[in-house]
Amino acid sequence: MGEHHGPAKGISRWFLTTNHKDIGALYLWFSFAMFLLGGSFAMIIRAELFQPGLQLVEPEFFNQMTTMHGLVMVFGAIMPAFVGLANYMIPMMIGAPDMALPRMNNWSFWILPPAFTILAGTLFMEGGGPNFGWTFYAPLSTTYAPPSVTFFIFGVHIMGLSSIMGAINIIATIVNMRAPGMTYMKMPLFVWTWLITAFLLVAVMPVLAGAVTMMLMDIHFGTSFFSAAGGGDPVLFQHIFWFFGHPEVYIIILPAFGVVSHIIPAFSRKPLFGYDSMVYATASIAFLSFIVWAHHMYTVGMPVAGELFFMYATTLIAVPTAAKVFNWITTMFRGSLSFETPMLFAIGFVVLFTIGGFTGLMLSIAPADFQYHDTYFVVAHFHYTMVAGAIFAMSASVYYWIHKWTGRRYNESMGKAHFWISFLGFNLTFFPQHFVGLAGMPRRIPDYALQFADFNMMSSIGAFIYGASQLLFLYNVIATIRSGKKDDTAKTWDGAEGLEWEVPSPAPYHTFSVPPQVK
Amino acid sequence: MKTQEKNILFTTAKLAVVAVAMFAFVFVVMVPLYNVLCDVLGINGRTGDRYEATEIVIDTDRQVEVQFVANFNEEMPWGFKPSVTMVKVNPGASNETVFLAHNPMPKDMVAQAIPSISPARAAEYFHKTECFCFNEQPLTAGESAELPLVYIVDRDLPKDIKTITLSYTLFDITERVQRTDS
Repeated sequence: MGEHHGPAKGISRWFLTTNHKDIGALYLWFSFAMFLLGGSFAMIIRAELFQPGLQLVEPEFFNQMTTMHGLVMVFGAIMPAFVGLANYMIPMMIGAPDMALPRMNNWSFWILPPAFTILAGTLFMEGGGPNFGWTFYAPLSTTYAPPSVTFFIFGVHIMGLSSIMGAINIIATIVNMRAPGMTYMKMPLFVWTWLITAFLLVAVMPVLAGAVTMMLMDIHFGTSFFSAAGGGDPVLFQHIFWFFGHPEVYIIILPAFGVVSHIIPAFSRKPLFGYDSMVYATASIAFLSFIVWAHHMYTVGMPVAGELFFMYATTLIAVPTAAKVFNWITTMFRGSLSFETPMLFAIGFVVLFTIGGFTGLMLSIAPADFQYHDTYFVVAHFHYTMVAGAIFAMSASVYYWIHKWTGRRYNESMGKAHFWISFLGFNLTFFPQHFVGLAGMPRRIPDYALQFADFNMMSSIGAFIYGASQLLFLYNVIATIRSGKKDDTAKTWDGAEGLEWEVPSPAPYHTFSVPPQVK
Repeated sequence: MKTQEKNILFTTAKLAVVAVAMFAFVFVVMVPLYNVLCDVLGINGRTGDRYEATEIVIDTDRQVEVQFVANFNEEMPWGFKPSVTMVKVNPGASNETVFLAHNPMPKDMVAQAIPSISPARAAEYFHKTECFCFNEQPLTAGESAELPLVYIVDRDLPKDIKTITLSYTLFDITERVQRTDS
């Protein structure tokens, strides 16, 4: 206590660090690297789909690309990005000196790079990498899987362990280390959404671990959990996977909700409308996420009663989600708005995520889903929620807090250019996919019928634009760190609220060694 | 400060227990529960185990069409087909049929037949008192066999069901059997 000391010198600082800001930064950089890796896989997919017919890659390799794109983006880019943000911001937001379990924090980050090295390494193995889709349905991922599937399973186990440790750390921090006076209902919303997300992680990552363990046993130890020949059932795999997988999509989006709930009030210069309802809506979404999993599998042949139950439960999620969207809009209503880059991304988030929500409602209708199932309509839907949802929110957070992290201002024009190019590129990529999906183009296929050619070419051009705009983002971030205008204002944005704005910019290596008093 | 450290450890321990419990939950709850639900509700057209006929009362006023289908899994090389593809039966009566199997390969093989009923709602009303699907079916190289099936359609079968399709998928489990034997 008392003495402040800076970070250790040299490269070992990064390997041995237990500082939440260092680890947060590591997570953020790692996730950005994975974002570029997963993005390059997407570029290969879109290049192949630029025209009908097989031009650039073999169908086998195309399958590996769709699979690896999904896996790397979900587990390597989005999830670690928000864990990084949580590490960096939560202690500062609740007035704590660090995370509750700093050593475990180091460990949970440093097992990630090996996990993804193993996963990416499968691409160079005999028989190629995982080619069964990111949902790795049995028996594609068991009986028919390439030999590298064992490495895939090992990789999933490690990244699952990392997520569970990260989540436990976040809960332990929030529950035990809030500054005096900060009651639960005074916590910033990013802290709230992460608390709930962390509970989801602790509950469902072990389920994913169970699913891949069963695959491992089916492949190597002669069990038949998912093999009908031995009395098992491949449909069981889908139930287990989506029991994990549906809460997983809220794990991805809830922290994004939190971020947006900080940015919109800051740039509307008004307090957030309906704080309490935001908290309750988040909790209800989390609860509902456990009882809707089978809407991913309407076509497996469930009894009608099952279809109805999952259909009603799924449409019910629209209620708390709509409450959130209305709260954000009401926060902006008659506010004194300004449109700096974080706000542009936040508004882009609200508009595009809502479109993704509406297509989600369409998909939730069981009889309609029989037509939409496994088409590009689904692809369009979940990219509207995950890219325009999670990734736009993540970009918004970087612009919102980068001055706090570096003490330097980013280039506003370049930030706005990043937003507008992303926004146009994103919509050009994914909006036409609604149409080809409704017209029946299946997902995960390297070739397609001629009538889809124009929309696919638009999609591909949009994807290249969107991909290029992320390089502009990277350049802007590096330029800010190296030569951005220095500015030691504590409060980057005049309308921003929260404890993180009370520490100097850049935030010192140790903050809140003495807890602040929250009124 | 000391109490805070204690609280953190306590929270961590509780959450670690939850994580381990959820991992166990998949194996000890989800898998058995899924199987029980499928059996009880007849989801997936799963049929029950051996049925012990109690009293035989035949509903002579009603006839139900029973269709037999044979499928192969993967590259199963056997010949496998029902001796008759369709019969009309009275609910309550005990009926017999055979499936014809032939192993054309120059090696001994073991097969397992997995039944499925359509419509799935009929599964709980279709009783098998004897079925080759209860056991593994070994055939030596070139051997043929008649595989027997004795079944009863329950008198409580809902009136709107007029046709029941019983499908068998034949799996090659030679390697699996060898692995467990060795």
